Amino acid sequence: MSTDTTAGSEADSLPEDTAELAARVEELETELADLRSEVEDGPKKMVIIATKGTLDMAYPPLILASTAAAFGYDVTVFHTFWGLEILHEENSKDLQLSSVGNPNMPVPNAIAALPGMDRVTTRMMRNRIADNEVASIEELIDVSLQSGVDLQACQMTIELLDYDEDEFYDGVTTGVGAASAFQEMVEADIQLLV
Amino acid sequence: MSTESTATTVDVKGQNCPMPVIKTKGAFDELAAGETMEVLATDSGSLSDIKGWAESTADAELVDQQEVEEGGETIYKHYVRKAE
Repeated sequence: MSTDTTAGSEADSLPEDTAELAARVEELETELADLRSEVEDGPKKMVIIATKGTLDMAYPPLILASTAAAFGYDVTVFHTFWGLEILHEENSKDLQLSSVGNPNMPVPNAIAALPGMDRVTTRMMRNRIADNEVASIEELIDVSLQSGVDLQACQMTIELLDYDEDEFYDGVTTGVGAASAFQEMVEADIQLLV
Repeated sequence: MSTESTATTVDVKGQNCPMPVIKTKGAFDELAAGETMEVLATDSGSLSDIKGWAESTADAELVDQQEVEEGGETIYKHYVRKAE
């Protein structure tokens, strides 16, 4: 403490002020340390591996990704296998729901297995989505890209499924593989497999 | 909190999770330091979502949250200030 402190009548209350000041200094030091580590490490990071291409499974990665971006996170979503369908401009508008093996569906498995049943349950789900004003997959891809989310399409799966790179939404990253996804996961604070 | 003192209003009525937070963040980025913005939502989840977002965002301060009945529906009003 410097000797150049408040003089005069205020000096009487100094001990109390000093304790308060010390507490405040400690508080600021903690805050500074937090900020320093944040600056050194850069923004926090989340990586999601999206592997599913059904309508219901397309939502969680996109909702989490766009939300994390709003929280200031650097977000990468690596789409592989059927997860690629989410980024495929044409197919993403026609994602289906599987009614077989899904106990939450209002039809028993024996009926759900009938031809055309997936179409019926998908239509029911799409109506619900529209009625509840839940965003479409297309909208979520749009806001994710606008928020700076890196939507990546696994190159191996692109070739496996015989897709062309220009069939994906503009802004989707291609030419990436497991190694780059893994490297991002190593650096990330949150890693999820959906 | 009156609407006159807000710099901008984000209307996300009718939109659901995660849109209220995402649109709030988008408008917040455009806000000047010291300004307050208003968010109008019909999603009841926006109460906890915007609160959580503001708590985690360094320069965002949640000034007020209100529930108002307007035209037969509940409007959730949020006021977020950008720190100077």
